[in-house]
Amino acid sequence: MEQALDVHRLQFAFTITFHYIFPQLTMGLALLLVYLKTKALRTNDEHYNRAARFWGRIFGINFAVGVVTGIPMEFQFGTNWAAFSRAAGGVIGQTLAMEGVFSFFLESSFLGLFLFGEKKLGRIGHWWSAFLVWLGSWLSGYFIVATNAWMQYPTGHRVDSHGQIELASFWSLLLNKWVLWQYAHTMLGAVQTGCFVMAAVGAFYLLTKRHESYGKTFVKGGVLVGVAAAILQLFPTGDAQGKLIADNQPVTLAAMEGLFETQRGAPLAILGQPDIQNHRLDNPIEIPSMLSFLTYKQWSANVRGLDAFPQDQWPDTIALLYYSYHVMVGLGTIFIAVMVLAVLMLWRRKLYDSRAMLWALMLCVPLPYIANTAGWMTAELGRQPWLIYGLMRTAHGVSPRVGAGNAWFTLIGFMGLYTVLGILWLFLVYREIEDGPEPDDFSHSEPAIAKAAD
Amino acid sequence: MGTIWFCLVAIMLTVYVLLDGFDLGAGAIHLLVAKTDQERRQVLASVGPVWDGNEVWLLASAGTLYFAFPVLYASGFSGFYLPLMIVLWLLILRGTSIEFRNHIISRVWDPLWDFLFCVSSLLLAIFFGAALANVVRGVPLDASGYFFEPLWTDFRLGEQTGILDWYTILVGVLALLVLVMHGALWVQMKTTGPVNSRSGKIAANSWWGALILTAAVTAITFRVQPQVQENFVTWPWGFVFPLLAIGGFAGVRFELVRRDERKAFFASCAYLTGMLTSVVFGLYPLVLPARNPVYSLTVANAKAADYGLKVGAVWWSLGILLATGYFTYVYRSFAGKVVVAKDQTHP
Repeated sequence: MEQALDVHRLQFAFTITFHYIFPQLTMGLALLLVYLKTKALRTNDEHYNRAARFWGRIFGINFAVGVVTGIPMEFQFGTNWAAFSRAAGGVIGQTLAMEGVFSFFLESSFLGLFLFGEKKLGRIGHWWSAFLVWLGSWLSGYFIVATNAWMQYPTGHRVDSHGQIELASFWSLLLNKWVLWQYAHTMLGAVQTGCFVMAAVGAFYLLTKRHESYGKTFVKGGVLVGVAAAILQLFPTGDAQGKLIADNQPVTLAAMEGLFETQRGAPLAILGQPDIQNHRLDNPIEIPSMLSFLTYKQWSANVRGLDAFPQDQWPDTIALLYYSYHVMVGLGTIFIAVMVLAVLMLWRRKLYDSRAMLWALMLCVPLPYIANTAGWMTAELGRQPWLIYGLMRTAHGVSPRVGAGNAWFTLIGFMGLYTVLGILWLFLVYREIEDGPEPDDFSHSEPAIAKAAD
Repeated sequence: MGTIWFCLVAIMLTVYVLLDGFDLGAGAIHLLVAKTDQERRQVLASVGPVWDGNEVWLLASAGTLYFAFPVLYASGFSGFYLPLMIVLWLLILRGTSIEFRNHIISRVWDPLWDFLFCVSSLLLAIFFGAALANVVRGVPLDASGYFFEPLWTDFRLGEQTGILDWYTILVGVLALLVLVMHGALWVQMKTTGPVNSRSGKIAANSWWGALILTAAVTAITFRVQPQVQENFVTWPWGFVFPLLAIGGFAGVRFELVRRDERKAFFASCAYLTGMLTSVVFGLYPLVLPARNPVYSLTVANAKAADYGLKVGAVWWSLGILLATGYFTYVYRSFAGKVVVAKDQTHP
């Protein structure tokens, strides 16, 4: 790790991975808040308003950490990836600036009103503030995914004589064919995180026999929305993403699947460790011909393996890419199983009493975070060795004057700060869950009790 | 097209300073004006619902700078690597201080966040001032179009200077004083009781400090960056900007004496706008001056291609129009003096 390039990559990977813990929950929860506020509006039941306020508090904590860890992401394009920004800023700066102008203003303005202005806004106004927070956060997701999609599949640009990449078609950038599927797939991942967290908190309440009416609301909302998201995650969005990769990044597909040799009727590897030196998969468990079928809908189709491409085109961390992809797909499959089973039990009116299923829902809570992270790692490692696919290599995008020493300095700083931030975040969210949706009855933060404790 | 975007980015940054400036200033005086928990919650409530939106102006300005002047974004951000990272860390500390503080009431929890809120706001004000001074003073850009500055070297204005030298530190202190005044005027306008009177006093005192330093920094700046004098000589109408600053500054004093809290705050806004626009006017067409003028970044050599800038003008106008609408609505919703519950904490 003496090379500045490696440190810059590690810093970006670390800061983005930590950052994405928060928006995946807030984007998912934003939708569920609209669900709860809609329920409140239609049933006129204060229960749902209390539920929404409870999730609003958890949303607020996550949003705050998401905001403060998000600012470094935009800055790092310039600070650590200056050569990339210099060449491509005229294109990707468009979507990043649109995120600020169209979604952050919307989101931050109406979140303040959602959290602090319920009395002033009234029932309908408060519903609108929840809706606009949702809209802002999902727009923000769109602009970020559009930026990434352009790096995966550059389109709507032109390269001038100095090597500057300039925008040639605004709508091609914004409606890139890559972005539509990637966005749907990413947002469904966020919805799953929101649903699993909501269902897990509900299961926790039911298992500990506290706030049980809320526990039921949370479990029900979580699994009903979650089952739809889990299925759509695989099909059509996951499938369509795979097709795009097969068509446009075939070497990435080979590395993801651990397919070293080009073959007809290529098998799908379920398990097995890639041996990069000897170009093979150790102790593989495979489903024969499955990869050919999934990729081309033909059992005997020819799938190009890594051997079909020159080594300097291979992603530079094949093993990690292979595992990221397999973890994502494996977890996605588990999510479908858990959610379908939970919905069946809900339908048969057995869910709230099944301790086993409630335990399963509660223990699942870290898994969607891992799956979302693994999914992004698949996208980003799969794009290597390119920073902009086919246009600029990662090694050429780094800031030429920021050395490894200075990059280590800031990376260590971020690690320290984020460790503290992560601990505080867990602590505060756990406290909110402990306090529950009716803090008036249980809170230790209330004046009378605090005074008594003093 | 480049000049239009130069002006638009300048306007966005000015709005950022006016808005986030008052909550930074409020943070910097937090421990001075608010002694009890109830008083501290008054200060926090005066910025609580809006600080995040204010900070978005920084993000949106950075984004706009990125697509309109990609070459400047790349050279400037990588060259100012260390101070920008420190700014990021301070922004993280500050944001979490405001948001985490009120979740727990304890003798060890809220004093810690109050302290961090105060210190991070104070340092941010100094760093922003120093950053602006770096842009005015110029940086060691070379033929590659890049530079890198350490945090400091010998604190002198020479070939080997770092981010912090006596000039940039002086501007940093000026920025702190000015934002303390601006923030104190905001807090005064939004609060009642002892917090109100203490912040009024701080505003009045920092006014004198700002007066002396504004005069000194202005005089020095004309020597440090010759472009400024050149621009004011070439386009004398540019004197409207410093006149706005002087008018606003006098207005602050006048309204403080007359005890019109709202007008005093708006006079401070006029002063800040005048100061920033004067600097921007003085630098044009430079966007990042180099020690060797040959390598200076200008509007012409740092801007993106025209097509992107034209498309940007369409969506940017629409987006900013919407944002102005939200801000008007939000500030109206939270208008008037803040009211916080009586002491809800440890006796």
